[in-house]
Parts: sequence; structure tokens; C-alpha cells
Amino acid sequence: MGMVARLVAQRLALGLLLLFAVSILIFAGTQILPGDVAQSILGQSATPEALANLRKELGLNEPALSRYFSWLGGLLTGDLGTSLSSGADISSAIASRLANTLFLASVAAVVSVPLAILLGLIAVRYRDRWPDKMISAVTLASISLPEFFIGYVLIFFVAVKLAWFPSIATVYDGMGFGQRLMTVALPAATLTLVVLAHMMRMTRAAILNVMQSAYVETAELKGLTAFDVIRKHAFPNAIAPIVNVVMLNLAFLVVGVVVVEVIFVYPGMGQYLVDHVSKRDVPVVQACGLIFAAFYIGLNLVADIVAILTNPRLRHPK
Amino acid sequence: MSRELEHLSRKVIAGSMSRRDFLGRASALGISAAFAGTLLSNAAHAQTPNRSGTIKVGIQGGASTDSLDPALAANATASQVIRLWGEPLVELAFEGGLQNRVAEEYSASDDARIWTFKIRSGIEFSNGKTVTAQDVLDTFDRHAGEDTKSGALGIMRGIKDMKADGDKFVVELETPNADLPYLMADYHLIIQPGGGKDDPAAAIGTGPYMIETSEMGVRFVGKKNPNHWDPEMGYADSVELVVINDDTARVAALQSGQVHMINRVPPKVAGLVSRAPGVEVRSTSGPGHYVFIMHCNTAPFDNNDLRLALKYAMNREEMVEKILFGYGSIGNDTPINGSYPLFSGDIEQRHYDPEKAAFHFKKSGHDGPVLLRTSDNSFPGAPDAAALFQESASKAGIQLEIKREPNDGYWSEVWNAQPFCTSYWGGRPTQDQMFSTAYLSSADWNDTRFFNDGFDKMLLAARAELDNDKRKAIYRDMSVLLRDEGGLICPMFNDFIDATSDKVTGWQEINGGFDLMNFYAPMKMWLAT
Repeated sequence: MGMVARLVAQRLALGLLLLFAVSILIFAGTQILPGDVAQSILGQSATPEALANLRKELGLNEPALSRYFSWLGGLLTGDLGTSLSSGADISSAIASRLANTLFLASVAAVVSVPLAILLGLIAVRYRDRWPDKMISAVTLASISLPEFFIGYVLIFFVAVKLAWFPSIATVYDGMGFGQRLMTVALPAATLTLVVLAHMMRMTRAAILNVMQSAYVETAELKGLTAFDVIRKHAFPNAIAPIVNVVMLNLAFLVVGVVVVEVIFVYPGMGQYLVDHVSKRDVPVVQACGLIFAAFYIGLNLVADIVAILTNPRLRHPK
Repeated sequence: MSRELEHLSRKVIAGSMSRRDFLGRASALGISAAFAGTLLSNAAHAQTPNRSGTIKVGIQGGASTDSLDPALAANATASQVIRLWGEPLVELAFEGGLQNRVAEEYSASDDARIWTFKIRSGIEFSNGKTVTAQDVLDTFDRHAGEDTKSGALGIMRGIKDMKADGDKFVVELETPNADLPYLMADYHLIIQPGGGKDDPAAAIGTGPYMIETSEMGVRFVGKKNPNHWDPEMGYADSVELVVINDDTARVAALQSGQVHMINRVPPKVAGLVSRAPGVEVRSTSGPGHYVFIMHCNTAPFDNNDLRLALKYAMNREEMVEKILFGYGSIGNDTPINGSYPLFSGDIEQRHYDPEKAAFHFKKSGHDGPVLLRTSDNSFPGAPDAAALFQESASKAGIQLEIKREPNDGYWSEVWNAQPFCTSYWGGRPTQDQMFSTAYLSSADWNDTRFFNDGFDKMLLAARAELDNDKRKAIYRDMSVLLRDEGGLICPMFNDFIDATSDKVTGWQEINGGFDLMNFYAPMKMWLAT
């Protein structure tokens, strides 16, 4: 286990280094954008006096480098600072947004991951026959359509015509769990349709790959049923690539759902980030960027470690 | 047919149609007098407001970067939230002119330089504190202060001195201004206890609701303010605003019954929405306009013949038809239309005339293409409008080159910086304010770089003139001057397009202001019973 601990520590250190690099990139990016936060806040109605007053108050007259380091200092002491545009405390604002994002991502993941893997297994079992072809056709069609289109189609039929679920998914504190689930039904369904195909195809391909090997043939010759062969022999050996693609899709569910949030008016991180990018609100953009990067790096880390743990050859290197 | 009758019966209730006329029109539609009478009494019954329930509004424009501080309000959602909890001294009236809110009455000195506002006696803020003239003074002080970021700063600049005198708030101006009360209706100038100096975003005011939940850019809930003084508004027990920035999602929310009213229905789909059951599209003409602006002091636009050539090369009817889908009216190269008080409707309308355009273009001596900058956010459909303009200008032999700019930074890098671009104006409550915001030589937002001494003098003269006929004549001359010499090409005035469901009632027309009945729809409408 010592090796695993060392591996995790090594990956974590690399991850932190990456996060640091990401923070520099984000900061540089927001500096390159035209206009500054003061102009963005005041918009078309900016007068020179109001601009000057606002710049002074926000500390924009400081050089960029010293603003970056004072932010970094705050971050290391656990203080994300306050939003330049609204003056609100970033940590508490992000906490509720992040919780919403994670809730939606979890609902979508809980539905889509088992469903994708199950569909993948069925597709392998009935390879090249109609269930396989149908599953592939439907999932590939749903991934090929842009997510906003799927969202609008669901809104039109399920919310407007049938009135089964609400078209706007504004969740708020004090909502019961059941009501919350009901509210996020449509965005979660959209996300499920978007991520299903990728995971299902990968499951199918990985298992089919393993199915070519000699030990599977042996298992078949032993007289095991087709499903038992897949479950006991093929699937465990195909876990690494499946976990990889599942983690990538989980990361997408956390960081890549801006469009779905906008369509369903879901108060998650994506919309929060976009609002602040358009206002050049650097501290918030940096905080969101770092959280997103941390999720991406973290989930990939998990995928790597799972891949190593499930592979005896990597677990016990010579 | 039933919709037409419903509309007519509402007109009778509102007093703009007589009962006899209604019955006549009803029989023309093949309705018996007895049935028409029943219809009318149903409509009258519906006019007694229902004081219960929750009105839900799907509103565009909010962002998670917003604040509850009225000084910083800059979008539709922020303006709507302000209206729920606060009130200015005076407000635009539905029947035209002004209505008193926190002020009970106001009066001017003979030279329109000193204005006195008497504070409504005995009204309280939502925290129970009685409203005093000192609160009003503190409020204005905050907006005018040295380090203010208030959107109303421009208004405050003309004020020389302010004081609170008993229950009176007195404003002394540098120069006379007959329109001062209109300036006090600005949505930033909400009266707050102590001027909101301690906590500008506390959302404590004299409005009909108290903000119970505020999640910026997401959702706001207002509960009835028991201290509110005016029984004629704030009928529902609570108002819930949901920020829905996506156009399609907003329309779907109304159609699926999740909200009772929405603002900014895209003109493209307004026709379709109006055919949906249980939904009514409300189109209101207003002072907002979409513009093509030229800097009068920058070559080649410093030549009036070139400016005239471009003005004649604009096909206004086509713009209203294809960009506004008919939800608007043609402009006449002045920022003023019928929604302003003292408007003169008799100024000759400029029309598309490729021959005149070619004549002036030749006379200007300009050679080669003219560069026009545009972006999606300069107004909805701006790049399409630019392409239409390019087409109509080419028929006059004028070559327009269109440069598409990014939305990001358009207001800081292109508008008011580049010599020819597309933009929009939301309009102002008075002609004086519109002219002094953007066409006075010294205006901050003189986005056409129009420097004209005669125009400036007329503006000041009109401001000091208390005789409305004379002022109207001066304003007419100013519009004509702008139309013939200014850098503004104003092809169209855009309507506000809102939509309401049949679960709410009480919609009123208002001339001027903003969308959703100048943002009073959630308070002035009630749930149908």
C-alpha cells in the first residue's frame, strides 16, 4: 500500500502545481479581455466620475501583479475574498451554487452511469443484433444533437404540452428533497441523454476488446452463460477504460453544463461564472476556475488510481 | 371574436368606450344585447382586485453580479426589484404626466429654479420608521456625494443646494428647469431611511412589498409590506420574480403556467406566442429606439452631405417590418417620438430615397466605402439591420463596409469611441432629459459628437420656459435641427413586448417608462378569480 500512498501524494502535488498554473492563466486571461470591471458594472451608463470612483473603490488602480499576489495570499489563508461587482462574500455565494451544481450532477450521474453501463453490457450480449443496433442508434442520436436542442424539445413536449415537470428548475433553500428532484427532472434528463452515449459506447468497446482474449474463450468453453462471462471475466478487466470515461463525464456534469443551466434557469456554478466573466469580476472567475480545475484534476486522479488498483500488473510492478 | 369582445368590454371598464358603443359593437358581432350585458358585468366584476395569492414574474436581465443598492441598478431585473420595495418622490402616471408617491405635492418658484416637495404625511418605511424630509435629503445626498457610483449622478449635477425644511424637501438648481419633477422619477432615486447611507442594499423603503428572499440573478420574493400607504397597488399577498434570461425558456415558463407574466418577448416569436391559448402579448410603444450613430466631428462624417446621404439611404419601413417584426414604429432621425410630453407630430417624415441619397453622397465628395461597426448586443438584430442598411445604401451607390465587433467590451471600445456604429437608447421621460443626456455639447454621452451652440441655447431656453406652448415650439425646432444636421440615424422606435397569462388581470397602458407597465405590472395586476 506504501506505493499507492506515494502515488497519490505524487499526483496530488502535481495537481496543486497544475492548479497554480491554472490560476495564472485565468488571471492573465481576464486581463486581456477588453474593458475592466468598473466599465462592465456601469455599462452604457458610465460617467467618467462614476468610473473613477468605482475603480478607486475596487482597488483597480493597483498594478495587476500585486492584485494577483494579494489574491493568492488570501486564497492560501482560506479567504476567497469578496466579489468586485456586488461586494458579496465569494465563499458563501459559491458554496450554495456549488451545492446546486453537485446536486444536479449527482442526480444525472446516478441515473446515467448505471444506465450507460447496463446498456453497454446488453449491447455486447446482443452484439450486432437489433438490441445493440437500437441502443447505439438512440444514444448516438442523442449525443449528436446539441444539448440546448434536447432541452428545448423536452421543455416543449414534457413541460408545455404534457405539463408533467416544470420547465424552470429554480431550486431554492427550503425545498423538500422530493420537490427538488421533481424540479431538476428535466435538466437531469437532458444531461443524462448528453453523457449516455459516450459511456455506453466505451463500455461496449472495452468489453468487446476483452471478449477477443483467450481466457474468455476458455470461460465460454467451460460452459458459462454469456452474461456470466461478461460479468465475471470481461467486465473486471475492462474497468479501467470505463472508469476513465465515467470520470470524464462526471467532470463534464460539474463543469460543462452552462448551457443546460441557462435553458432551465438552474442556479448552478456555470451561470454564476458566466455572469462574472462578463463583468470582469476577476476574484470570482478565479475562484470558480480553480474549483472547476480542482474537480477535473481530482476526478482524473481517481480514474488513474482506480485503473492502477484494478490492474494487478500495475499494482505489483516488477 | 370572444377576444375582441373581451378587449372591448375592458375598454368600457377603463372608460375609453361608452356602454352604448359597446352594445352596438357587440350586436355587430352577432351578440344579443342580454348576453353582451352579462359579458360587461363579468368584466366589471373582474375589475374588483383580488387581494390574495402570489404573482409570479419571469423576468429578463438579472445577473448574479447585481446588488440591491438602487444606486447601482442597471438592468430590468434590478429596476423591477426596486419597484417592489421602494418608491421615488414622484412617478410617471398611467394617464400621462406625473403622480405623487413619497411626495404629497410639489411646487416651483416662478423662475422654476427652486422646487419644493412636501413629504406625504404619516407614511412609514417597511421597518416602521416614519418618512421625513431628512431621509429624502440623505437619499439625494448619497446619490450626489463625492464618491458616488450612482446611475443618477448625471441628474444630481444640476443641483446647487438641497435642504430639508420641516416636512418639505427643497431643491435649488443652478439654472431653471421646468422638468425637474420628471428627473425625480428616476428609478435610482428611491427614498431610503437615512438615505441608505448605513446599508444601501438593505431594501427598506415605502414600496408595497418587503424583499424576503433575494438571490441575485436567480429569484426574489416580496411579501406584502403592512406599512404601505397606497391601497391601489400591491394586491397579491406576495410577488415572486424568477430571473429567466433565455428567451425561449421565458416564453415556455409562461406557456406552461409557471409564471404569470414575462417581459421582453422576442419580436420574432411574439406573433406565435399571441396565438397560444391563455396567453396575451402586450405591446406598448415607448421612447426606446435603435440607432446608427455617426460622429459629427470625425471624417468622413463631419460632412453634413454625407450624413444626409446615409439618412436618406435608410429604409425605415423595412427595418420596422424585418427587424422589429412590426412591433415598433418608424423613426425620423430625432430621438423623440409620441411617447414624450410636448411632442410635435407635424415634422416632415424622412423616407428612403436612393436618388436624394446619391445626390448628397456625390455632393459630399466622399469616395470609397464607409465603415459601420455593429454587434449582437448593440440592439437585438443589429447585424441583420446593418446588412439591410448595406443593401438599401448600395442601391444609392453608397458602399457600406460592415465590421462585426464582439459583444464583450462593445460599450467601452466601440460605442462612443468609434465614429460609426449601431447602438440603442432606452429613452428618457422628458425631451429635456433625452437631449441633455446625449445631444448637448457638454453631455457625457454625446455619442454623435454633436456640438451646436444654437441647439444648446434652445435647450437652456426651453428649460427655463414654463409656458408649455412655447416650450413645445422650441423642442420642435430642436428636433428639426437634429434631424437635418445631427449624427443620428434613427430608423425605428421599438415597442416593449410583454406577455401575460389569463390567470392575471388588470393590465393598463402606460405612455413612456419601461417594460411590464413601467415595472408596475406585478403590483397593479391581480390574480383572476
